[in-house]
Amino acid sequence: MESASNTPETPNAQATGSDASDGEPLVAVHGLTKLFPVGGGPFRKPSSFIHAVDDVSFQLGHGESLGLVGESGCGKTTVGKLLVKLLEPTDGEILFRFGDPDAPVAEASWDSAAIKGRLLRSFRRRVQMIFQDPYESMNPRRTIYDIISEPLSVQGMGDVQYRVDRVLEILTLVGLTPAGAFLFRHPHELSGGQRQRVAIARALVIRPSFVVADEPTSMLDVSSRAGVMSLMQDLATELGVAYLYVTHDLAVARYMCHRIAVMYLGKVVELAETEELLRNPLHPYTKALLSAVPLPDPGRRRQAPDIRGDLATPIDPPSRCRFYERCPAATAHCLDHPHPPMEEKSPGHFVACYEV
Amino acid sequence: MTDRRDPLLTVDGLSLSYQTRQGEVQAIRDVSFELARGSALGLVGESGCGKTSVANCLMRLLPDNARLSAGRVLLDGQDVLLLTEEEMRLRRWRRISMVFQAAMNVLDPVYRVGQQIIEAIETHGVESTDSAARERVARLFRMVGLDPQLMERYPHEFSGGMRQRAVIAMALSCDPDLMIADEPTTALDVIVQDRILRELKAIQQQLAMSIIYISHDIAVVAEVTDVVGVMYAGRLVEMGDTSDVFRAPAHPYTAALMSSFPSVSGERRSLTSLPGEPPNLSDPPQGCPFHPRCAYATDVCRTEYPPQARSGSHWAACWHPLDATLVPQS
Repeated sequence: MESASNTPETPNAQATGSDASDGEPLVAVHGLTKLFPVGGGPFRKPSSFIHAVDDVSFQLGHGESLGLVGESGCGKTTVGKLLVKLLEPTDGEILFRFGDPDAPVAEASWDSAAIKGRLLRSFRRRVQMIFQDPYESMNPRRTIYDIISEPLSVQGMGDVQYRVDRVLEILTLVGLTPAGAFLFRHPHELSGGQRQRVAIARALVIRPSFVVADEPTSMLDVSSRAGVMSLMQDLATELGVAYLYVTHDLAVARYMCHRIAVMYLGKVVELAETEELLRNPLHPYTKALLSAVPLPDPGRRRQAPDIRGDLATPIDPPSRCRFYERCPAATAHCLDHPHPPMEEKSPGHFVACYEV
Repeated sequence: MTDRRDPLLTVDGLSLSYQTRQGEVQAIRDVSFELARGSALGLVGESGCGKTSVANCLMRLLPDNARLSAGRVLLDGQDVLLLTEEEMRLRRWRRISMVFQAAMNVLDPVYRVGQQIIEAIETHGVESTDSAARERVARLFRMVGLDPQLMERYPHEFSGGMRQRAVIAMALSCDPDLMIADEPTTALDVIVQDRILRELKAIQQQLAMSIIYISHDIAVVAEVTDVVGVMYAGRLVEMGDTSDVFRAPAHPYTAALMSSFPSVSGERRSLTSLPGEPPNLSDPPQGCPFHPRCAYATDVCRTEYPPQARSGSHWAACWHPLDATLVPQS
């Protein structure tokens, strides 16, 4: 059961961008690139590459929630998978600084590329993922207890009694009460909203520092969506979890994230604090995206978004600005120059555009 | 000759149930509404509330385990539910057409997209010659914003947005009076969604066609419809002009639905989530089906289904409507 009147409040203002403890970000991403080969085979070199993620850099503070927003195919999910090491990057680096005293490795920061073997297991204790589809991401033959306790047994944490206690505790935290009644149920007995709560419980049961959430509410009905959104926020504050929130929905990102990064064809084109981005979008793509979102208010008429054509192909794109073909503000300068670098136009507001 | 002022569609007391191993599931219970010519109606509600079942009834596309227990569906005064399968087959696409949620699955992958639409046109005898049918498809393609040259392509060469446009072109191919669009843009990105909704609106006005939009996205419904109906647990619980319903929702469920919906514009108000889960329709609760989740529920809500409280064309089936101007009807 969802508790009545859960209200997602404004995300905690103190956690923006940088961290509380030592000023170092939790995650620092530099020049992250992932290319997928196209047309290759066992004895053939690939003829071209999909530039899924192309030279992306950003930082994420402890307890911060960063939204990664864009249309399908822009590379946002790939960034998420790279961060949790479900994929290995082609280029670039990801540095983690968990800053917790019982980290198994004394090093101040972890380079994602060096995390292998036993280190990978302790990495997974700190970094978890929540998937989009609560119907596909759970084994239908296993009980809720099996599903949620699995990370604990993989990590070899505690005995059975300890695990049962932890599972009961996290079930209560995610609002599945009475927790005992859910322990031995199977996923098919739960609604979509309840399943996604189980998925959240599974990700949080080992108290990670960082969670990548890939569209965790897009498969849910509106009424259960608000509950899951506020739950994720409450838990972030309570457990000090940082989120990378991958979503196509700017309205959802507005409620979930301190900052939003907008992606287009493998590039981050704009990054700013949430309300700043929504009130004062600078990149032409962000403007178009924002003006295409329908408003639940029949009295308001939106302007048609100012954008041309359809999404271009990410296969070996030309080096100029990725948005050039669709951009209403494109000039000859944009045509002749490489993709614009990210520039800080006002404090904390970064844009990659020559014409801003 | 039918009077232009008569409603195009009248749904009267429609009830539908599905026979399942768990028993009888009451998918639609006593749903009634009218749809004027050339206007757009939205049906909103959570999954499983019966909105797609209503559409399937209108199209007479019901699975074998469905049982229509009561009601009439009058299209231009004629009861669609009494037609033989052959009579209905002639009316589908010509009178009522439907855009399905999964546009990917509507197009046959081994035929050229244009050919599939030409086939629909010729089957229904809308155009007699192949060249006239081809010309018609080219016109439809332009109308939905597709290059007519794409007629010669196969579905896999289309993006999701292009396929959805092709499916809309197909639904328009026989000049229907009524088009049902079941979550037409749910799988699409916002920029593509915006274009398709704008095109649909323009086409609707141009052809004076009626559209029923079925969606869980209340923002989409707010923008494209004239009249909106809110469904809960198989029942229509509130209906009225879209602007009235959104300005002053009268049913607590409608109000809850709206306050749980995030928006990118305006002040960032906090969202409220609805407690609990929708009821099990094989054993719906007594009285108002929303009472277990309703903050305003009283004893009468738990025992008796509420009458309509009404003000003009805006009504809500609620004992305690939130908008005091709605007067209970005896």
